[in-house]
Amino acid sequence: MMMRLQKNRLQAASWKWTPGKVIGYAFMYLFALVCLIPLIWMVRTAFIPQEHALNLFKVAAPTLDNFVRIWNAASWSTYYINTFIIVGGVLLMQFITITMAGYAFARLEFYGKNTLFVLFLTQIMIAADVLILPNYNTISGMGLANTLLGTMMPFFASAMGTFLMRQTIKTIPFEIEEAATIDGCSLFNMIMRIYLPMLVPCYIAHGLIAASYQWNNFLWPLIVINSVSKRPLTVGLAIFAMSYETGAQWSDVCAATFLTVAPLLILFFIFQKRFIESFAYSGIK
Amino acid sequence: MKKMLAILLTLLFVLGMVPAMAEDVIELDMYFPVSVGGGPDALITALCEEFHAENPGIKVNPVYAGSYADTRTKVIAAIQAGNTPAIALMFSIDLYQLFSMGVLYNYNDLCTTEEDLAWLNGFYPGFMENSRLPQPDGSFLTYGIPWQRSTIIMYYNKDAFAEVGLDPNAPPTTWQELEDYAVKLTKKDAAGNVERYGIQIPSDKAGYAYWMLQTFTLTQDGQNLMSSDGTEVFFNHEKTIKGIEFWKHLTDIGAQAPGTPKWSTTVSDFLEGKVAMMYHTTGNLTNVRKNATFEFGTSRLAAGTSYGSPTGGGNFYLFKGVPEEQTQAAFQFIKWMTGNPERVAQWSIDTGYVATRPEAYETQRMIEYTESFPSALTARDQLEYAYAEFSVYDQGNVQDILDTAIEEVMTGQKGAADALNAAQAQADAILMDYR
Amino acid sequence: MSQRQISVQGPQREIAKKWRVTRLAWGLLLPSLIFLAIFTFYPIGYSVYMSFFKNNMATYATGPQYIGLANYITLFTQDKVFAASFRNNLIVAVVTVPTSIALGVAMAIFANQVKVGKGAVRVSYFYPSLLPMVAVANIWLFIYTPMYGLLGYINPAWHFLTNPSTVLGALIVMLIWKQAGYVMIFYISGLQNINSELYEAARIDGANARQTFWKITWPMLKPTTLYVMIITLTNAYKMVDHLYIMTKGGPGNSSNMLLFYVYQKAFDQSNTGMASAITVVLVVILLVITCVQFFTQDKRIFYA
Repeated sequence: MMMRLQKNRLQAASWKWTPGKVIGYAFMYLFALVCLIPLIWMVRTAFIPQEHALNLFKVAAPTLDNFVRIWNAASWSTYYINTFIIVGGVLLMQFITITMAGYAFARLEFYGKNTLFVLFLTQIMIAADVLILPNYNTISGMGLANTLLGTMMPFFASAMGTFLMRQTIKTIPFEIEEAATIDGCSLFNMIMRIYLPMLVPCYIAHGLIAASYQWNNFLWPLIVINSVSKRPLTVGLAIFAMSYETGAQWSDVCAATFLTVAPLLILFFIFQKRFIESFAYSGIK
Repeated sequence: MKKMLAILLTLLFVLGMVPAMAEDVIELDMYFPVSVGGGPDALITALCEEFHAENPGIKVNPVYAGSYADTRTKVIAAIQAGNTPAIALMFSIDLYQLFSMGVLYNYNDLCTTEEDLAWLNGFYPGFMENSRLPQPDGSFLTYGIPWQRSTIIMYYNKDAFAEVGLDPNAPPTTWQELEDYAVKLTKKDAAGNVERYGIQIPSDKAGYAYWMLQTFTLTQDGQNLMSSDGTEVFFNHEKTIKGIEFWKHLTDIGAQAPGTPKWSTTVSDFLEGKVAMMYHTTGNLTNVRKNATFEFGTSRLAAGTSYGSPTGGGNFYLFKGVPEEQTQAAFQFIKWMTGNPERVAQWSIDTGYVATRPEAYETQRMIEYTESFPSALTARDQLEYAYAEFSVYDQGNVQDILDTAIEEVMTGQKGAADALNAAQAQADAILMDYR
Repeated sequence: MSQRQISVQGPQREIAKKWRVTRLAWGLLLPSLIFLAIFTFYPIGYSVYMSFFKNNMATYATGPQYIGLANYITLFTQDKVFAASFRNNLIVAVVTVPTSIALGVAMAIFANQVKVGKGAVRVSYFYPSLLPMVAVANIWLFIYTPMYGLLGYINPAWHFLTNPSTVLGALIVMLIWKQAGYVMIFYISGLQNINSELYEAARIDGANARQTFWKITWPMLKPTTLYVMIITLTNAYKMVDHLYIMTKGGPGNSSNMLLFYVYQKAFDQSNTGMASAITVVLVVILLVITCVQFFTQDKRIFYA
C-alpha cells in the first residue's frame, strides 16, 4: 500500500495531459459505463411494472410486484439455503485441506515433494468441472447423486488454495515456529495458535474466490442434483428462466436473476476494496 | 481441530438425514417438463396436492426438470445411476428409447379390471400413436398414457390481417396462400427495417425444430419422418427436402426472420406484434388468450397437398425396478389424473392442451368454454389429420442429428439436400443397431 | 517437530529424520491427495479407459463393447460437431485471451491512475466476473433478442444469436465483458509490484508514456501475463454454462464447445464412450496448454 501511494505521488508529479491521454481517459470512462449497462438494464427490468418491461424509455415508479410473483412461483428460499450450504461446506473443507497441505509444501522437506507438487498442479489445469462424466459416475457410485455432499465433494481439495497458503506461510518468519517449539507446542496447536491468526488475509482471499466460484457453479450441480429441494440458486434460476423465457415474462426472469446475483454483488459493492485486494492477493505468484 | 471436526460431522449428519422421513405415506418423485408459457408447473403442483388430499396414503412430489430434453436427460441418468423413479411425465417421443432400455411397464399388464380397460381404451387414437408399440402378432401394447398432448396449430393476428386488407376470418389454407399472406403481412418502416414479419415457424435446436419440419412433410399426403417401428427415418425423402425448402423459402423472401427463430420467444414475438402468424403448440393457447392485446385466430396448418400436423407432448410412464406398492400408487395417480373427464377438461381449459379423452368435450364446462372460445377446438379438430410425432430408437442422438441439419439449412450453411443426405447417413448408422 | 532442530550427526540420522518428516508431510497432504485422486486423477484414467468402448443406448442391454480407437477415429474423421466445437473453442481462445489481457491491462492502468470515480470505475469493470454465467446468459439473451431486445433499439434487424456467422462473435463479446475485469485485478496487483524507481528513472530520461509502458510496465508485468494467460486459456475451454441457456450450441453447432459437447453426448444422448473420448481430448488440450506455458516459460509464476 505504501508503495502505491508513493508511486501515485510520483506519477502525479510527472502528470501531463496529452491529447492521447484525454482520448484514452474518455474511452475508459465510457467503457466503464458500457460495462454497467447490462446490470442497469437487468435491475430496471426487475423493478419496473411488468407491463412496461419491454418499453425501454418508459419511466415508472419501481415496484416489488415482480419479486412477490416469482417468490411464490419457485422455492427460492430453498435454493438460497442450498447455495449457502454448498458454499459453506466447500469453504470449510478447503480451509482444512489447504492449511495442512500448504504447511507441508511451505515448511517441510520430504521425499516426493516435487512429484506431489506437479500432481497438485494438475488440478489447476484440469478442474473437476471438466471431468463431469466420470465424476458423475463416481458420485452416483458412492450413492451421493442428488445430494449436496455429492455436489461439494469434488471441490474439497484445492490446488489453488494450497499454493496460496504455501506462499503465505513462506512469508511468515520461521523463527516464530522455533519459539513455539521451544515452548513445547504440538504441531496442531502451533498451527492453530500461531499460524491461523496470521493466515486470516489468506483465508479471506481464498474464501472470497472459492465462495464466488461455488456460488456461480452451474453445470456440475445441474447434473448431480435432481430434486427441487436440493437445487442451488444457479440451477433454480436456469430452470425457472426456461419456463418463463417468453418475452412477456422478462420482468420475472430479471427479478429471478437479480435474486441470484444480489447477495454477492451487494457484498462486493460494500466491501469493494477488500474484494479487489483479496482477488489481487491470490494472483501474486 | 476438534471443533472443526464437530462442525463437519454435524454438517454431514444434517445433509445425510434429509431423506428418511415419513413412513406411512408412499412418496413418489415425479419428473415433469414444461415447454409452454403460462405456468403449467403450478397447475401440476396443484393437481398433485389435490390428489394427496383425496388419497392421503400417496404423495406425488412433482419435480419440474426443465424442457422435455432436460427431463429425458434427468430420468435416464437417474435410471442408469440406479435411482429409477416409479413414475415420470415425459416426452411421448421418448417411448422407443425408454422401451429399448427395457425399463417400461406396459399398461395392458396393469389393467386388470373392466373399468381399467375402459379407461385404457378411452383416449383419442391419434395420441396413442406415440404411446403404444406394435407387437409381432399385430396387436399393440400401451406404454405411455397421454396427458399434456397437443398438435401444432397456426395462430394469426386478426388485426394485422385487417390492416393489410386480408379477411381476418379466412386464414391461409394452402402453402401458396401461406406464402402470399406472409409476404403481405410483412411490414417495413421507412428505413427498410422490418417491423413485423409475416410468419414465424421456430427452427432452433433448443426448441423443437424436427417437430416443425413435420408440419411440412405431413401436409404432403401425410409423409412422415420415420417408420412406425422407429427404426427407419426418411430425412432425405423428396417430400422432406421439398418441405424444408419451402420453409427456408419463407425466410429467403423476407417473410420470416432470418436464421433460426427461437421456440421460446416465438410466442412473445407474436404477442408483441412482431410476427403476424406463428406455428406453435396448442399448449400455448391459454397463454396467448390471456396475454394477447389484439384479436387473434387459430387454424389448422396450411396444406401442401393435404392437411396434416404432428401430435406432440407428454405421456405418463411407469418404470420397472421399484417396489410394487410404488408402481400401484403411481398407477392410481395416473388413472386419477387422466380418467376423470372433468379434470381432463379443466386441464385443457387451463393450458390449451388437447383433452386426451373425447368425453371431456361433452362436459358442461368444456361445452361452455368452447362456445365462448371456439379456438379451443382447432387442435382437437385437427386430430383427424394428425400423425405420430417424430420418434425413433436412440431418440436423443437421432433427433440431434436432424435438428442440426435443420439449423444448417435454415441458416444457409448448407443446401437442403446436402444437409438431409448427411443427416440420413448419420441416422442410418445409429439405427442399424436396432433393425 | 523438535527433531528438525537437532544438529545433523551423520547421513543416517539425516535420512531417518527426512523419513520422519516425509511421513508427517504425507500425512498432512493426505486429505487433499485423497480428493485429488478420486476427482482428478482417477477420472482422467477412467475417461481414457472408457473411451475405448462403444457404450451408448444401443449397448444398454448388452453392456459396453471394446472397440479400440474407433471413437477417436470417428471424432477426428467423421464427427462434424466435434470439428465445429474444436474450431469454436480455438477461436474463443485465440480471441478472448489477447483481448482480455489487453483490456485488463488498460483497465488496470486506468484504475490505478484515475482520480475521479476510482471506486466506481473499478466496480463497473470488475462486477461482471462475480456474476454466475447463467445469470449473465439470461441478461445477454435479452440484450441480443431481435427487434425488442436492448440491441433491437439500435437495429431491429440484428439477429446475432440465430445467425451462424455472428453467434460466436456475440458470445465472445459477452465472455470478454465477463472476464476482462477479472484479468484487471491481477494486473492491478502486478502494477503495484513494479518498483517506482524505474518510473522515476524513465521520467528523468524523458521517456514518454508509450515508451514507459513498452520498456518498463509491460516487461515487468510478464509474470502476471503468463499467469493470466493460463487462467484465460483454461477458461476458454471451461466456460460453457451460457450455452445451456442461450443457444444449446446452435444454430447448426456454430456455437458449440467441447465441454458442452461432452455434456450433450454424456447426458442428453447417453453416449458414454464418445463423451469419454471427447473428455480425453479436452484433457490433453488443457495439459498441453499448461505444459507449454509451464515448462517453456518462467517457472517462477508457480514457484514463487
